Amino acid sequence: MIDTPITIWASFGEFFVNRYLISGLVLGCIYALGAIGITLTFGILRFANFAHGEVMMLAAYLTFSVMVLFGMTGTQMDLPRLAVAALPLVAAIPAVLLTTGVMLGVDRYFYKPLRTRPTIVVVMASFGMMLMIRALVPIIWGPNQQSFVPGISRAQDYFGGAIKLHDKQVLILIGTVLIVAGFSYFLRYTRTGKAMRAVSDSPELARVTGIDVERVITATWIIGAFCAVAAGVFLAMNTQQLEVTMGFRMLLPMFAAAILGGIGRPVGAIVGGLIIGLAEELIAYPWMEVVGQVFWWLGNAAASPALASWGEAVFEANLGQPLISPGYKAGVAFAIMVFMLIVRPAGLFKGKVF
Amino acid sequence: MSAVLELRGLQGGYGGADILHGIDLSVGADEIVVVIGPNGAGKSTAMKAVLGLLTIRAGAVLLAGQDITGTPPDQVIGKGVSYVPQTGNVFVSLSVEENLEMGAWTRPAGARARIDEMYALFPDLAAKRRQAAGALSGGQRQMVAMAKALMVDPQVLLLDEPTAGLSPKYRGELFQTVRDINASGVPILMVEQNAKQALGVADRGYVLEGGRNRHEGTGADLAADREVARMFLGARADA
Repeated sequence: MIDTPITIWASFGEFFVNRYLISGLVLGCIYALGAIGITLTFGILRFANFAHGEVMMLAAYLTFSVMVLFGMTGTQMDLPRLAVAALPLVAAIPAVLLTTGVMLGVDRYFYKPLRTRPTIVVVMASFGMMLMIRALVPIIWGPNQQSFVPGISRAQDYFGGAIKLHDKQVLILIGTVLIVAGFSYFLRYTRTGKAMRAVSDSPELARVTGIDVERVITATWIIGAFCAVAAGVFLAMNTQQLEVTMGFRMLLPMFAAAILGGIGRPVGAIVGGLIIGLAEELIAYPWMEVVGQVFWWLGNAAASPALASWGEAVFEANLGQPLISPGYKAGVAFAIMVFMLIVRPAGLFKGKVF
Repeated sequence: MSAVLELRGLQGGYGGADILHGIDLSVGADEIVVVIGPNGAGKSTAMKAVLGLLTIRAGAVLLAGQDITGTPPDQVIGKGVSYVPQTGNVFVSLSVEENLEMGAWTRPAGARARIDEMYALFPDLAAKRRQAAGALSGGQRQMVAMAKALMVDPQVLLLDEPTAGLSPKYRGELFQTVRDINASGVPILMVEQNAKQALGVADRGYVLEGGRNRHEGTGADLAADREVARMFLGARADA
């Protein structure tokens, strides 16, 4: 039974952080990495790339194949626990090269010939590419679900047991921070990175400034592919499964993240991804429990038994009840996207408006 | 006279109907050449033809005697033609310094020293080097655009209506800057709406109409010409 603010915080902290906040952050990292690729393609090539989710899925399968090829899927290996969890990341290195090759090839033969045509033509081409990749993957890898590392993952204690993290979550959080830091450095300080921002600003001016726009486009695909591999592999690590629709299910939240942050703004994609990921997880938290607890405490503090017992009643009635059923999770990203498009179409970081 | 830039009987357009029906222009070493004419005369289009943004049907563009007709823009810039468009001529989300770095894309060697030269030429920009170009005033943006174009140490500088949208005070300053740049040894081809002031700084001028040459002469002669005055200057007594 509830008694003091300290126990309220203790139960709130433990349960909230470990069950909701961390999973929300992890999901947000995955969305952020995927949204970077979408926002870059949108900003520099000026089209909505519907095939991006499928590239993530393909990258996860390529990583899986590398693992199978080098016998990295077994748990029998005599390696430290964290190293076993990190095996997909090792296998992702050759997968980055393969995925980059695929993306550059797709651009060369499917998008580039359409570059001077109206944007909608390229958007439709990417839609077709989405269907093609999704049809191709089950032909190669079969229709059944796969997994990088079979078995149950157990959370480890951090900070004296206050925080519990799965190895995969640690790897995803640290990995995302490193990738985002590297990517930000690249955009801010390198010649090609600055040119990417310039082309995103104004392709016409970039052209008459003498900037090699095709080279910038190539760089865009390489970075998009790198982030897509990271997002796809992290996703498969997080859910512990690979399946054909995993990329497609990410598409809407990733677009929502890109739009929320502002189209063409990588920082926006990262912030937007984190917000969407957190929002999707946090809606299922029993927030009415907290409201009840707060009123109970206020009632006691103000010596008002009526308020306190009302708060207690609210608490009891909503014990363990999610604010919004997790079944509506997929609707959250959509709701945020529609809301932003109506209220602030340029997004949080003043992106492009189409 | 050895021309740095020469357009010979240029005919062409953006793929559809021709806009230029035979334009002849030349810019000599150390010259400021101004192109004036009514809207739709083909002034800006003639400039874009030099950059390789047009489909040329007849005629030629010569840069220091070398035929560059139909060369794509990035190579034209690399050969030493620099261009400041009328609008959208800075990268708004890039800082002033990054804009200058982008200007040096085709000639990265020595860009650092060149940036410092630009700060000496445009002292206002030095203090704002870390600011986003989009946050600057119209006049300062125009300075960034010119400095950016000068980063390649161009053989010829093309300015498309540099005073459009500037207040009269800034207009005077800008024309003075154009003179300074020219005095440092850069030939300039400039399209202008403020005909009277522009002809005041020009060595020579061309009047275009309907995609054809109409008049040409020294800046002073054109400014004094009755017909030119009636066509362009009278209606713009304030200019």
